[in-house]
Amino acid sequence: MTVSERIVDDLVNNRVEFITTVPCKQLAGVIEHVESNPAIHHVPCNKEDEGMGLCAGAFMGGKRPAIIMQNTAIGVTINTLVTLTQYYRMPLPMIISYRGELHEPVACQVEMAVHTKALLNQLLIPTYHFHHERDVEELDAILKHAFMCNKPVAILTDATFWGGYCS
Amino acid sequence: MIRSEILKNLVPVLKGEFVVCNIGLPSQEMHLLGDQPSNFYMLGTMGLSSSIGLGLALTQKRRIVSIDGDGSVLTNLGTLPTIANNPADNFILLIIDNGSYGSTGDQPTYAGKKTSLAEVARACGCEHVVECRAEEAVETVKTALAADHGGVIVCKCESGNIMVPVITLDPVVIRDRFMTALAAANAA
Repeated sequence: MTVSERIVDDLVNNRVEFITTVPCKQLAGVIEHVESNPAIHHVPCNKEDEGMGLCAGAFMGGKRPAIIMQNTAIGVTINTLVTLTQYYRMPLPMIISYRGELHEPVACQVEMAVHTKALLNQLLIPTYHFHHERDVEELDAILKHAFMCNKPVAILTDATFWGGYCS
Repeated sequence: MIRSEILKNLVPVLKGEFVVCNIGLPSQEMHLLGDQPSNFYMLGTMGLSSSIGLGLALTQKRRIVSIDGDGSVLTNLGTLPTIANNPADNFILLIIDNGSYGSTGDQPTYAGKKTSLAEVARACGCEHVVECRAEEAVETVKTALAADHGGVIVCKCESGNIMVPVITLDPVVIRDRFMTALAAANAA
C-alpha cells in the first residue's frame, strides 16, 4: 500500500465522506485516490476559502469533510478559518502539502514556508508535521482528534515525507 | 424596490425552507423579518454563502436556498463553475443584485455597471439561470421552489438599506438549531 492509499484509507475509515481539493503535485496521488474512491464525494474547488465554505456546508449536511491543499492556502484562508470554521466550531482536517522545506527547488515557496507554522500557531490550530514516512501512522488519531473537538487541524506533509520532490 | 422589501416579500415563501443567509444586512434583515431555525446566518466570511449552500445541497436531501449578493458573488466568482460542474437539483442560488456593496455604504459593484452576473453564471455552465426584476422576485422564487431542479436567480433591485439590529445569537446556537432542524427534516 502506498502512502497516498494509506491516507485515503484512514479518511474513509474515519467516515470522511466529503473532500474538496486544489491541485498539488505532491498530493496528486492522494487526490487521485480521493477521486476514485466510491465512499468519498470529491468536489474540486477553485480556491481554498471556497473549499472551506463547501466543507462547512457538508458538515452541517451531516457528512464529515476534509480539505486537501498547499501551505500557501493558509495565507488565503485565515479569515475563513477564523470567522467560519472556528467561530461556528466546525471540524476540518486539512491535509497540506508543506512546500518550501528541505530539498525545495523553488525559492519563492520558502517565503510562505517560513510563515506557515507561525500562522497556524497564531490561529491556535493543532498542527502535525509529517516528515518521515512512518509519521503517517498518526493520521488516524489526528482525524479522530479533529472530529472529537470540532476544530480545524493541520497536517503538514513535507518533501522528505513524500520521498523527494516530483519535479 | 430595495433588498429589504424583496426579503420581506419572500419571508412567507421561504417559510420552512433551509436558507443560507449572506453576511451583513441580508442576514440581519432575514433575522428581523422572518427568523426561523432553518435560517443559517453568516456572521462573517464574505462570499461563501453559495459555497456553504452547495456543500449542504450535495450532502443531504432537503432543498437549500442560498441568499447571496452581487458583491459577495463577485468576491467568490470561482463558486459559479463549481456550482455548474457539481449540479445539485436541490440547490437554488438567489443573488439579490442591487449593484452595490450595501453593508458597507452602497459603494457601486461592477455588477451594477458592465458585468451581468446572469451571463457570467451561464458562461460558467450553470443551468436554469433566470434574471428577474425586484417586483417579480416572489413569483420567480415560487417557480424555482416548485421545480424539480435547482438554479440561479439574479434579482435586480435598487440600492438602499433600512436600519436593522446586528445579530447577537451565538454562532454555535445558529449552527446547532439549523443542523437540528435539517437532520429532523431528513429523518422525516
